[in-house]
Amino acid sequence: MVTKSDSTENILEINDLRTSFFTEDLEVKAVDGVSFTIPKGKTVGLVGESGSGKSITSLSILQLVDAPGKIVGGEINFKGENLLDKSEAEMRKIRGKEISMVFQEPMTSLNPTYTVGQQIGESFMIHDKVSKKEAYKRSLEMLKLVGIPSPEKRIDQYPHELSGGMRQRVMIAIALAGNPELLIADEPTTALDVTIQAQILELIKDLQERLNMSVLLITHDLGVVAETCDYVAVMYSGKIVEYADVRSIFNNPQHPYTVGLIHSLPPHDRDIEGDLPVIKGAVPSPSEMPEGCRFAPRCPFASEICNTLPQLKTDERGNQVRCWIYTDEWDGDPEVNVREKERTS
Amino acid sequence: MREPATEMISIEKKPANPLIQTWKIFFKKLRKNRAAMVGGFFIVFFIITAIVGPYFTPYAPETTDVVNKLAPPSADHWFGTDHHGRDIFSRIIHGMSITLYVGFASVILGATVGVVLGIISGYYGGRIDTIIMRTMDVLLAFPGILLALAIVSVLGGSLQNVIIAVAISSVPVFARIVRGSTLAVKQLEYIDAVRALGASDFRIIFKHILPNVSSPIIVQATLSIATAILSASGLSFLGLGAQPPTPEWGAMLSDGRNYLYNAPHVALYPGIMIVLIVLAFNILGDGLRDALDPKMKN
Amino acid sequence: MLTYIIRRLLQTIPVIIGVSLIVFSLMHLIPGDPAQIMAGESAPKEQVENIRERLGLNDSYPVQYWNYIRDAAKGDLGSSIRSGRDVTEEIGGRFWVTVELAIYSTALSVFLGLIAGIVSATKKYSWQDVTLMVLALFGLSMPNFWLGLMLIKWFAIGFDLPSWIPFIENTSWFKPSGWGSFQQVVLPVITLGTGGAAIIARMTRSSMLEVIDQDYIRTARAKGAKERVVIYRHALKNALIPVVTVVGLQFGALLGGAVLTETVFAINGLGKLIIDAIQARDFPVVQGSVLVVSLLFVLVNMIVDITYRYLNKRIDLN
Repeated sequence: MVTKSDSTENILEINDLRTSFFTEDLEVKAVDGVSFTIPKGKTVGLVGESGSGKSITSLSILQLVDAPGKIVGGEINFKGENLLDKSEAEMRKIRGKEISMVFQEPMTSLNPTYTVGQQIGESFMIHDKVSKKEAYKRSLEMLKLVGIPSPEKRIDQYPHELSGGMRQRVMIAIALAGNPELLIADEPTTALDVTIQAQILELIKDLQERLNMSVLLITHDLGVVAETCDYVAVMYSGKIVEYADVRSIFNNPQHPYTVGLIHSLPPHDRDIEGDLPVIKGAVPSPSEMPEGCRFAPRCPFASEICNTLPQLKTDERGNQVRCWIYTDEWDGDPEVNVREKERTS
Repeated sequence: MREPATEMISIEKKPANPLIQTWKIFFKKLRKNRAAMVGGFFIVFFIITAIVGPYFTPYAPETTDVVNKLAPPSADHWFGTDHHGRDIFSRIIHGMSITLYVGFASVILGATVGVVLGIISGYYGGRIDTIIMRTMDVLLAFPGILLALAIVSVLGGSLQNVIIAVAISSVPVFARIVRGSTLAVKQLEYIDAVRALGASDFRIIFKHILPNVSSPIIVQATLSIATAILSASGLSFLGLGAQPPTPEWGAMLSDGRNYLYNAPHVALYPGIMIVLIVLAFNILGDGLRDALDPKMKN
Repeated sequence: MLTYIIRRLLQTIPVIIGVSLIVFSLMHLIPGDPAQIMAGESAPKEQVENIRERLGLNDSYPVQYWNYIRDAAKGDLGSSIRSGRDVTEEIGGRFWVTVELAIYSTALSVFLGLIAGIVSATKKYSWQDVTLMVLALFGLSMPNFWLGLMLIKWFAIGFDLPSWIPFIENTSWFKPSGWGSFQQVVLPVITLGTGGAAIIARMTRSSMLEVIDQDYIRTARAKGAKERVVIYRHALKNALIPVVTVVGLQFGALLGGAVLTETVFAINGLGKLIIDAIQARDFPVVQGSVLVVSLLFVLVNMIVDITYRYLNKRIDLN
């Protein structure tokens, strides 16, 4: 239940969100009861492997999931109002104006037949009902804001004349045109060169501070999370397995999956000998989804009780974890330490 | 495509032909495609009718009946009679085999030549490729049935010449498709593997390339039969194809043209038959394309 | 872009040479003596000899071909055996009739085809989609000369309507033959445009469906654009680019198809000229008309290719 005080603190609260894809004979639960919050003015990282449902979660927020995908339940409370209760017309006023989105593929996410200026300007024309001329002027401002060199020239160019990094800057300009309170960035740097990645992340971080936005950053890269996020939600097979502030996630990870992810990061401070540790196995396919904890088949600590699904448990600081180890019902080794064991094994 | 191919190489000694797996999937998909099944069913029905139908028609196609000229459809004459009092229904049944024969013969002829040229072009490349493809460009520069028309005009009007003319105008499409597919298949790793095993060009073409380009050929052939039937009936309609009293549908339509005022049925039924038979081939062609070659677009 | 245009222009030259070669060879593919055939079976010897002389059939083939293209380049396509008039003159009067017919029919097929294709694509698998695509399949499978005959029967000859329908007594609204007035133009244009409409509708549908799945369509939706704007501003503009090619090809196919339509409606265009000339064994006229129509087709194709290339430059993302 959402209380008034919560909604002033949190710009977005997702409760038990469920999004499924329906094929001829089965329902694939891409997002299966996801809950997490985005505090106002903060950056939350949503982390997971591909196929974990993190992109679908972000598309669900704006209700942009394409058929045969469908939101089947839950709540998405934005500034205290459930977006799932809004009509399509009301959602259109929110998209691009209050919540904006930057996509993964800058190469294909811009319309090839319109100039950069036209595509940024469209946002102004939709939401602020300004003239073409005014939209053009404001688009130029946006290009300056996102740091595109010689914006007067770029504004009249077509996407194919721009590099990947510049296109992503244009995408960000489009997203920020409505001056949104929440920016969703779905793997904004995955398709870019490493040097450009850092620039784009720096840009997002900088703009967030300047414009006082909240950001939901979807990524599979924990390195990106460490640099940009205040809070982290770790997603596995359609469920959140851990939610905590960024310091806790890296210093004191709770869920064995989070631990595995962190250990598979190359360390900054020393050279590694041999291979990096990897999480064995693969994300379960929808048809053979385990009944209990989704991660159990790959978990080095899995025990009898893991055949039933654990619930998200919140500790005194508000951090959450979905794992039996931290409950009284735990039937495995009572002395287990997920961080120790992973390092030595 | 590449992944299964390399995987198979490691298992078997002989490089595997990726085609074998495709056929199973193809039949599965085709059975699911209801439109294609309906099209195929009608074609089979037409073929059977063309073979056995003539033995069961109520009248012979050339039997004239001066009393019953241009009679409207009735219990005696289901589709009515024409200006010589011939039974249109019987003539249509007898003409079915002509229509199918023209369609199949011209496309088989045109496809064979086109496939050979396309494979040579794509496999060997270089100057021979340029010569063949430029020639195809020239043939494609004649719009619609104009090329067939020009050929028939010099060869003289007859069913045989119509088949030759329609065949020639269908060559370029096959040559182009096959050339493209050959180029694509030639680059597959398994062709390299076969060559490394010492296979001759001839063997590579027949054993490995031809089966791999067969799906676009089958799709195109089906659609080309539809076009060929339309072109051939058009030429006959113009008096350049089958000559009277052959019960060819286009020629029958041409007869019907003169009696639109008082006996429109003479032109109506042969036309409906052409529509149905062409429709059946088009539906089957669409279905085959969906099942065999989803990437191929019209 | 300029280099492409120049290259495309240069590519056209061998095609034109090839076309002229084939058209020239037509005369020599005639089984038997072309001069005799053109003059008629029972023509006196002097007349045959006269024709042979006039057509230069006594020269060697290369000399004949050279003379043919040299004259053709100057606009001289020989003279009609039947009427004795210059072929260029025979064609001149009829050329615009056929071009007019092809333009109107193309316009009709683009108009109907686009509407049907867009409706089909935006309402995928609805009853509207299914109905339109079945209609398109019929349009594709219909011999246009038969459609022409049926249209003449239904709307030119017409039939009497039952008396309870007010104001209209019968359906003889249009003229069955000729070219010029509105009543004469309607039926041939429908006859010739239907097949093209079917092809364009199918093409537009598949092209739209492909575009609707693109990332930039999602971007447009994420901006808060209305569905109508997403479809017409963002999807259609991209989807139309491949349709341009089909429209160009269609225009050419209509030039060819006009032969049948003009015969059905007794329109004095190039198509009917060809048929009449074939029947009269007037080969210089056949050659000249086929050459002119084909060159027009080559020209249209070249323009379409250049347009497509220009539009597609932006589309080609990677």
